[in-house]
Amino acid sequence: MSHYEEGRTLIPDVDMPAHVVDKINSAPAMFDEAKKGPLSRRQFLKLTGIAGGGLVLSVVVGQPRLASAETAEPDKPFAPNGYIQIKPDGTIVIAAKNPEIGQGVKTTLPMIIAEELDVAWSQVSVVQSDIDKERYGAQFAGGSMSTPMNWKPLREAGAVAKDMLLSAAAATWAVSKDSCRAENGQVINTNSGAILTYGQLASAAAGLPVPDAKNIKLKKREDYRLLGSFVTGVDNPKIVTGEPLYGVDQKLPGMLYATFTKCPSFGGSVKSANLDSVKQLDGVVDAFIIEGGDEQTGLRPGVAIIAKSTYEAFKAADALKVEWNYDNAASESWSDLVTKAKALTKTQGEVVSSKGDVKGAIEAADKVVEAFYTYPFVAHAPMEPQNCTAWYNNGKMQILAPSQTPQSIAPLVAGTLGIEESDIQVTQLRIGGGFGRRLMNDYVVEAAAIAHKVSAPIKLMWTREADTAHDFYRVGGFHNLTGGVDKEGKLTALRDSTITFYEADKDAAKPVRGGNASSGDLQCPEIANLSFEAHRLPLKIPAGWWRAPGSCTMAWVYQSFIHEMSAAAGRDHLEFLLEQFGEPRWLGKKKARHFNTERAIAVTKLAAEKANWGKPMPKGKGQGLSFYFSHLGYFAEVAEVTVSDRNEVSVDRVVVAADVGMLLNKAGGENQVEGSVTDGLSTLAGQEITFENGAVQQGNFNTYPLLRMPAQPIIETHWVTSKYPPSGLGEPALPPLAPAVTNAIYAATGHRIRTLPMSKEGYRIV
Amino acid sequence: MITLRVNGKDRKLDDIDPSTPLLWVLRDHLDMVGTKFGCGKGLCGACTVHLNGSAIRSCSLPISAANGQSITTIEGLAKQDSNGVVQFHPLQQAWVEHDVPQCGYCQAGQLMSAAALLQQNPNPNDDEIESAMAGNICRCGTYKRIKKAIHTAAKAEASS
Ligand code: FES
Ligand code: FES
Repeated sequence: MSHYEEGRTLIPDVDMPAHVVDKINSAPAMFDEAKKGPLSRRQFLKLTGIAGGGLVLSVVVGQPRLASAETAEPDKPFAPNGYIQIKPDGTIVIAAKNPEIGQGVKTTLPMIIAEELDVAWSQVSVVQSDIDKERYGAQFAGGSMSTPMNWKPLREAGAVAKDMLLSAAAATWAVSKDSCRAENGQVINTNSGAILTYGQLASAAAGLPVPDAKNIKLKKREDYRLLGSFVTGVDNPKIVTGEPLYGVDQKLPGMLYATFTKCPSFGGSVKSANLDSVKQLDGVVDAFIIEGGDEQTGLRPGVAIIAKSTYEAFKAADALKVEWNYDNAASESWSDLVTKAKALTKTQGEVVSSKGDVKGAIEAADKVVEAFYTYPFVAHAPMEPQNCTAWYNNGKMQILAPSQTPQSIAPLVAGTLGIEESDIQVTQLRIGGGFGRRLMNDYVVEAAAIAHKVSAPIKLMWTREADTAHDFYRVGGFHNLTGGVDKEGKLTALRDSTITFYEADKDAAKPVRGGNASSGDLQCPEIANLSFEAHRLPLKIPAGWWRAPGSCTMAWVYQSFIHEMSAAAGRDHLEFLLEQFGEPRWLGKKKARHFNTERAIAVTKLAAEKANWGKPMPKGKGQGLSFYFSHLGYFAEVAEVTVSDRNEVSVDRVVVAADVGMLLNKAGGENQVEGSVTDGLSTLAGQEITFENGAVQQGNFNTYPLLRMPAQPIIETHWVTSKYPPSGLGEPALPPLAPAVTNAIYAATGHRIRTLPMSKEGYRIV
Repeated sequence: MITLRVNGKDRKLDDIDPSTPLLWVLRDHLDMVGTKFGCGKGLCGACTVHLNGSAIRSCSLPISAANGQSITTIEGLAKQDSNGVVQFHPLQQAWVEHDVPQCGYCQAGQLMSAAALLQQNPNPNDDEIESAMAGNICRCGTYKRIKKAIHTAAKAEASS
């Protein structure tokens, strides 16, 4: 049995922004800090956005005092930390700390608190918390980290509150705490059967000192009642009735509507523009140039138009004519890059990591396979185009932002506009899709820069075309692979010669965001001879973190190639893949982020079993298998396809086996798996961002197609419950999908897809 | 001047560019922001509303073409009973129960397309649902649940 050490450094092996990594690693400390101090009424109101109500929290510092129902102020609510508020009228409010981008954390994180607090979910109302680093530690949506980072602190937040309610009840009844039991928002006196609700206990509990979480016992997993059940999204009723939840829905008094036009070639600046004629147009209030700078993630040059309505702003932007200065602009062409990369990866590159003797093993191999894999740049294309509402008033900047990294906004805006961070107030809003796009706050700083020059609140709205053409793209990639199997059919050698992009004019040793293609995350520890080689190329097209950065493409390359090697060896893919994991064991330091082959084996076997792996398939049909470990989650997937003689591919069914330790919310968790599988297929099918002269050639959904309902396969999800702490589900189900499908197409047709999207090779998903 | 009947109420718009799409009239002029902007080109369905009972893409309908007509938006899908209590449309109910939304941004449009479908075909099969819903993109991939929820709502309607 493998042993697990709960560690502080939970960050998975993907390259995340340095500031995010810092936050992740310092989060537990920040939380401890936050727990120390009492929370003022003003603070709590600020934090939870709860308006009104007679909330006073006065934790008695120093001398502990036993509270009793008689001595406590009758209407005092109980708020032992920034997450929980219980009012004497029985209202229970739980604050959700992280941005909701569709990954379900606005529901799941409060569920963790409610479980330890022992309240019925129906008693709870959830509010979105304010942005406050001191109180909440790191608040962001990225790296599928919300669950693993908050698992312990949020359980403690709930357990501490429950302990205080138990103490208050014990004092009221003058019995020992051992004879009090909490259940469904009430405390039961196990001797007398008497009951006090949390509401009745709130004032008394509010008068108690907050105990140290270290001394409070957390519930055992087998005692959970809420976690693991099917809990629907807390915002669902508002979503289905069209209430204003999102960034685009915000409206401030006297608000105007803004557009911002940037150079089609990234980084081009404004020479001149027909501002005077634009200002004459109906509804246009103002138009001006914003100089901007060179930093990709900062404020870039462009032209702002302010109008009385979105439509008038869009119409004016269509009439805008700008003469651009291309001196510093990107000038790359995708087709040139492909040619260059193909040639380069054939040559010896810088060896990034190696093991054994690849050259010797390949020479000695019984069968050698060489293959060139390539995948394109892709966009995030969230359903809600980028937007932000900002108001600069009396030296204070108010920002209503759909951002995955809301804590990064104030420093960015302050640094750009010369405003004090303390004069910037950021409100987080429900987000119409993130996928990593909104880890960047470029559109936020644009809105703030525009608002800074306008004497009214403004809402900046991007068009779909702007959203597609001014993204931070998942980088395209190129892998020249060589593999060797010996006479026994064992995989003995693998060499990968690849391209690693770095940001032009910056440190060549530092790969672009999400672009560390040379890390070689092969997850096949049994191969004795390995070599990963990188050729570095500069890139001016902005790169970004796209759902399961790195893993989303690496899984396809390696899990396809392992299948190629199994076919070359004439062996069953399942058996061959399991052989690559070796014995059940930890690789690395027994921390959640390290690879545990026991868990890999378990999910791979489960997926195969549930899909009836190896069952006879009629002509034109095939099964494909793949596995990948990312974002702390273990996923194996089997795809079943039918391929017509016109190369129309119907993905009939995808069987998923997952180990994320424990599934916290069956509703949200399965939704994430289904969404990731669909996203993987959508991307594989036909998504590709190309560029000429540094300008993106795709715009709306006609040139950048997303999967539609008829093409979605049946998706079945099977969960392995393991003893490990729960991990996030926003990303890890995506990486294995593409190789499962292309492996299945190979099984059905004998054709190996090595270029994505698969439309490039004449295959169409139907 | 343009007059509209929106969710049963008469609305007047003075001094509006007649080429303004219905989407932006709803969102910016009438402050009904439930109807969403996704593409602006009739490609995604996020902006779907009913015009005289049929599902249309409000981003592609100039307000001049809607003059004098009756529009239902997501805000008007639920009904109030005689006591003023809001009664969810069976689709809204099913959407909540099946936990359809992820980010939720596309769902107003999905619901309006689904509601128009059920009006014409109270008991659609999977193929009929797929073809009626193919114009609505869900970037988050909630299609499977949408399909389930439509079946649930159809059953609920049939038994009520
Ligand atoms: S916004 Fe109207 S169809 Fe996309
Ligand atoms: S739920 Fe996010 S786009 Fe459909």
